[in-house]
Amino acid sequence: MGSRLLAGSVLTVFVVFFVLPVLWLLLAATKTDQQLVHDNPLSFGSWHALSANWHALTAFQDDAILLWLRNSALYAAISLVITLCLAVPAGYALAMTEFRGRHTLLIATLVVMLMPNATLVVPLFLEINAVHLIGTMWSIILPYSFYPFGVYLTYIYFTTAVPKDLLAAARIDGCSEFGVFRHVALPLATPVIALVGFFSFVANWTNYFLPYVMLPESDQMPIQVGVGSLLSNVPSFNPTVGNLAIQRPQLALATLVAITPVLVVFLFAQRFLVSGMLAGATKE
Amino acid sequence: MTLTHSSAGSARGRPRGTSRQSRAGMAFVAGYVLLLIAFGVLPTCYAIYFAFTNAGGAFTGFSNFVTTAQDFRFVDSLGHVALYLLFWLLSLVVFVVVLALLLHKLSSGPLSQALRFLYYIPGALAGAASVLVWLFMLDPTVSPVSSLLETLGFHTFGEVIAPGNLALLFTIIAFWTGAGGWIVVMYGALNNIPKDVMEAARIDGANGWQTAWRVQIPMLRKWIVYMVILAFAGGAQLFVEPQLLSLASTGVAGRDYSLNQLTYDFAFQMNNINGAAAVSVELLVVSVSVAGVFVARSGFFDAD
Repeated sequence: MGSRLLAGSVLTVFVVFFVLPVLWLLLAATKTDQQLVHDNPLSFGSWHALSANWHALTAFQDDAILLWLRNSALYAAISLVITLCLAVPAGYALAMTEFRGRHTLLIATLVVMLMPNATLVVPLFLEINAVHLIGTMWSIILPYSFYPFGVYLTYIYFTTAVPKDLLAAARIDGCSEFGVFRHVALPLATPVIALVGFFSFVANWTNYFLPYVMLPESDQMPIQVGVGSLLSNVPSFNPTVGNLAIQRPQLALATLVAITPVLVVFLFAQRFLVSGMLAGATKE
Repeated sequence: MTLTHSSAGSARGRPRGTSRQSRAGMAFVAGYVLLLIAFGVLPTCYAIYFAFTNAGGAFTGFSNFVTTAQDFRFVDSLGHVALYLLFWLLSLVVFVVVLALLLHKLSSGPLSQALRFLYYIPGALAGAASVLVWLFMLDPTVSPVSSLLETLGFHTFGEVIAPGNLALLFTIIAFWTGAGGWIVVMYGALNNIPKDVMEAARIDGANGWQTAWRVQIPMLRKWIVYMVILAFAGGAQLFVEPQLLSLASTGVAGRDYSLNQLTYDFAFQMNNINGAAAVSVELLVVSVSVAGVFVARSGFFDAD
């Protein structure tokens, strides 16, 4: 009984830790800056204040925030498609087939995955600059599309959850190699495709450093960098701001807007993410 | 034909698959290999090339490494990142595994699912968003836990973000955003443990702790190693948290807290790309060595 109580309290403490800041953020967007400081932190402000905050936020640099959202959506969606088309077959091949260079490729993938991405930003900048793509959306979409983490997730998934016998059986039945992938492996891979797609989307949506360097113009910024630049226009954090100031509740609202798409995608992908990775393929 | 041989591991040193399989495997990885070369191998080579040359392209040996290491900020930022990594990896391994095991033990499905969702929500706030949220959480004038902060002796935002606290604060931010995703992954892996294995443990009289310690955690090993390796690589590249904090704190936290901020400063403020590359290469060597130890000790590449 004691251990159940302990387990229950641990789970509850972490619920508070994970949820309280989000709850606060939701409510903060409905307040004026005065209310934010003086009212109960977990009280609701007013719909009027929310709408006033929204108007103040969109007024900042003529709808800049909507443009940033559109940019993020574009960058994340295109790179997601490329990632899935390339990472899933690669992870499958690494796990389920033997070919020359397989081991080298596994090691290279791991090594590159460990290369702190952010430290690659400077050489990436030089490389992209050499092919004259700086300032175009491809300067971040293409590097985003390279997603070794996804290859590894797929690789581990296939090695641990799909028996090779299943593929061998399909081959004996006369399936081509592509057919085996398309008709046997791919249907079994739905959970890991959802997982890779989801992680890749979130990783791209939330990336800060790469677009910070590659796309310095305000009208090309994704929402993350945009929201970061709003921060330096909040007087309570940066007293040197002039008359174009953003108030704290508006910054909270901008943060909410920035995370909404990820939450929506999460709700959509959740049943793949949490329903257990696989209903056993050949387990009796 | 000998197609069936492909599924049985034959003698080492010889390719196991047929040539048909080999060709197909290469076709499947081709697109990924292109990206790997363009955005993994090439920039790495670029970094190494720049680390060992000067602005004119002449070979300079280790002088970039010496110059950057002698920079007055280098040792400090190295220490910051090391301390942060220690806190971050420890908290991640302990809490993620414990929480995943507890959630998996909850027999009622909807509750476990709801909790996983709640834990995951902050995952949507990675990047700049999470830092912004925590700027508010840590500011006693607006924080919902301001009484807690004041009990701990913090009355102003400046006191909370004193340099000595930053490693812990960045750990909290990173854990808050990152743990939920890993809990979901670990939970999925726990679901994949065959029922008969768990059954056998119960019949043998193992209690909850013993099952967790002797059966479940060993079977999570690959995923835990994977998490540690990625969290290490991710943690070593700490950038957005200190960068935004430096914007919000008007100088309390500097622009040179982490190694990556230093890299950015070398490259884009001091116009010393070669120095920046040297720091990048050092981070690479450390990350890869640490990972190498984990990989070697865990049999990570065993495909069977």
